Amino acid sequence: MKRELLSGNEAIARGAYEAGITFASAYPGTPSTEILENVVKYKEDIQCQWGSNEKTAFEEAMGATFTGARSLVAMKHVGLNVAADPLFSSSYLGADGGFIIVSADDPGMHSSQNEQDNRNYAIAAKIPVLEPSDSQEAKDFVIEGIKISEKFNTPVMLRSSTRVSHSRSAVEIGERETPPEIHYEKDFQKTMLLPVIARKKHIIVEKRQKKIKEFSDTFKYNSIIEGKSRIGVIASGIAFQNGREVFKDDWFLKVAMPYPFPEKLYKEFADKVDKIYILEENDPIMENFARLITPDKEIIGKDLFPLTGEMTEDVILSKLGKKNLTPDFDINSIPKRPPSLCPGCPHTATFHNLNLQKVTVTGDIGCYTLGGLPPLNAMDTTIDMGASITAMLGMEKAMAKAGKKLKQAAVIGDSTFFHSGITGLLDLIYNDSRGTVIILDNSITAMTGHQDNPGTGKTLMGEDAPVVDILKLVKDGLGIEHSFEIDGYDVKGIRTLLREELKRDSLSVIVVKRVCALLFKKPNWSPTIVDPEKCIKCNLCLKLGCPAITSKNDKAFIVSSLCTGCSVCIQVCPHDAMHHSDEDGVHIKDTSLADVFKGGK
Amino acid sequence: MKTIVIAGVGGQGVLTASDLLSDVLLDAGFNVKKSEVHGMSQRGGDVIATIKYGEEVFSPLPAMKNADYILAFEKLEGLRNINFLKDNGAMIVNDFVWEPLPVASGAVEYPDDIEENLKNYSSDLTLIPATDIATGLGNIRTTNVVLIGVLASKMDIDKDIWINVVKRKVPPKSVELNISAFEKGFTFNM
Repeated sequence: MKRELLSGNEAIARGAYEAGITFASAYPGTPSTEILENVVKYKEDIQCQWGSNEKTAFEEAMGATFTGARSLVAMKHVGLNVAADPLFSSSYLGADGGFIIVSADDPGMHSSQNEQDNRNYAIAAKIPVLEPSDSQEAKDFVIEGIKISEKFNTPVMLRSSTRVSHSRSAVEIGERETPPEIHYEKDFQKTMLLPVIARKKHIIVEKRQKKIKEFSDTFKYNSIIEGKSRIGVIASGIAFQNGREVFKDDWFLKVAMPYPFPEKLYKEFADKVDKIYILEENDPIMENFARLITPDKEIIGKDLFPLTGEMTEDVILSKLGKKNLTPDFDINSIPKRPPSLCPGCPHTATFHNLNLQKVTVTGDIGCYTLGGLPPLNAMDTTIDMGASITAMLGMEKAMAKAGKKLKQAAVIGDSTFFHSGITGLLDLIYNDSRGTVIILDNSITAMTGHQDNPGTGKTLMGEDAPVVDILKLVKDGLGIEHSFEIDGYDVKGIRTLLREELKRDSLSVIVVKRVCALLFKKPNWSPTIVDPEKCIKCNLCLKLGCPAITSKNDKAFIVSSLCTGCSVCIQVCPHDAMHHSDEDGVHIKDTSLADVFKGGK
Repeated sequence: MKTIVIAGVGGQGVLTASDLLSDVLLDAGFNVKKSEVHGMSQRGGDVIATIKYGEEVFSPLPAMKNADYILAFEKLEGLRNINFLKDNGAMIVNDFVWEPLPVASGAVEYPDDIEENLKNYSSDLTLIPATDIATGLGNIRTTNVVLIGVLASKMDIDKDIWINVVKRKVPPKSVELNISAFEKGFTFNM
């Protein structure tokens, strides 16, 4: 059998193909994004699409299951908060075609605003959850998940994590199962969640969970690994692999389905050992079950191991008192390397101006969240997707009630605006709110690695799509009179417009439009250069936070290999010390979106 | 089981190098697991990839004082990851400075004692001007292959396997260039 080194996300995609799935949807979010980006390789067999947000993607996959199609929806952990409403309904509705909900959690918060443990959602929604520990299992559990889903008429959650999704290990490649026949017959009792029907459904769900609990005891991926000691370890997900590095001679209960917890199998395991360690990332899910089943057993879980961060080999060893994690070399003594907006980033000029004008900025989720870091320092809040607009309203109204006033702007990206900014903007219109909403439209979902969205003109499957024009939407569609569009590289234009609009006592919208600088393939940028005679080292250009600008011999200096020729620093310099070079190539400011497509997006 | 840590700055080709390396190890008959960092840190932040290989590999993650080899694409990033190095592990560092933003904006200084610290904490240090070598060969993008050449000279894997993987992984028209880059690294310590 052919074996390939696949990432967890690639393996989930392969699993979707082999399981006979024919519909897959998602909203991109690290660490889940590459799942759909890889499922789309099978677009001949699987309909693939990005939803505008996780809720729409979830409901679209639910709809597909009504036709008997095997479906998959993928999102990052916080995405499931957005999709929580249909998640709970889906448990009652069951799944005609098998239904997999992939939640990619982020213990350690590599790229997230929190580290919630989404196994809690499976328990709350009363659906089974599978936790793979490597890429082979990531693939297998999609296939097994579809079987469980169809056998018990339930959606199945697959809980991945950053380390499972983004690590690579060997996977055996198999054949695709023939998908079930697609059919639809109206069945009111089955698909209408009216209270009178839902009451009956809830009883069915509770019975179903009992049956799945019995199944969990016999599920072949829940297994006991014999040891040579009287010590036992219960582990799931990547914590299982990390734990194997530490507890080399001990018994393991390898749990693939932490809920419903395999009670009988656990009892059998507990009889073999005197003391049990439980390794699971974030919350004590398995631990709580184990303590309930065997209250007198010596169990060591979250009383020793942390609720926060990753359960790495080092963390386990240090908590056991077997390794001192005080480093030889103190890395806090050297400069950090925080991520930053890129050279040529079309967001930089906007944040530079917001910083200068001392605005209270409610922010949002995307690359542009980096505008809150030094030296731009132009963001006050980050809550979740879409909250820039709504939090601005709350602040404004609360201040107004007390007779006070702030100079306020909300900053949101194009994809985030489509995700959940539009509804917030409706609230602003409806409640006669003031403030300036700045939509940074770089024509792509950038942070997660350039996914298409309703504003880009392409679908996930590479087909042409209508381009939603944000200015038209807000001005003509929602009727916001003071709506403007401006070029992201026009420093002075943005400054003037901001100054005007921030004074206004009503709502306004500024769409800052300029394509993401990273969308150009193999660019040949002609860089900007500094005239050292004219530079007086006032440092204003350094306050842009552009990675291409540094200093040399006490003068500003531009690293030409990084510079795109966006001209923002040229406009910011008060001493006319910066100008475009004559080097061959193009200044990015002289390009348009069409140039991106010419190069093949 | 052995561990290799590859460290650098987002955009330097750390992930590409780690892909090439895992192919070499697979071809050499090992079980391989690799972990990567994606997302926010790719926007100019520090990036590491870890490769573990051997007869049986469980965790794909690095542990302190556990790396047999560290390959750093930038000096500061070499020092940042020095605590992963085993007592007798090999440290291969590109003699190249990429100032992080807090340094470029003048908030802090780039340390001037990196070389000294690297020597203090590793008994087997190779400091190689890989970026200069690659630029000299005509393409700065071959920096990672120069560094991989150095690593190859320190590992007990047949040279042909390395050469074959390089040939397979790089675009056809740049095979010759990349093989030269590999050789420059391979012979650097000889």
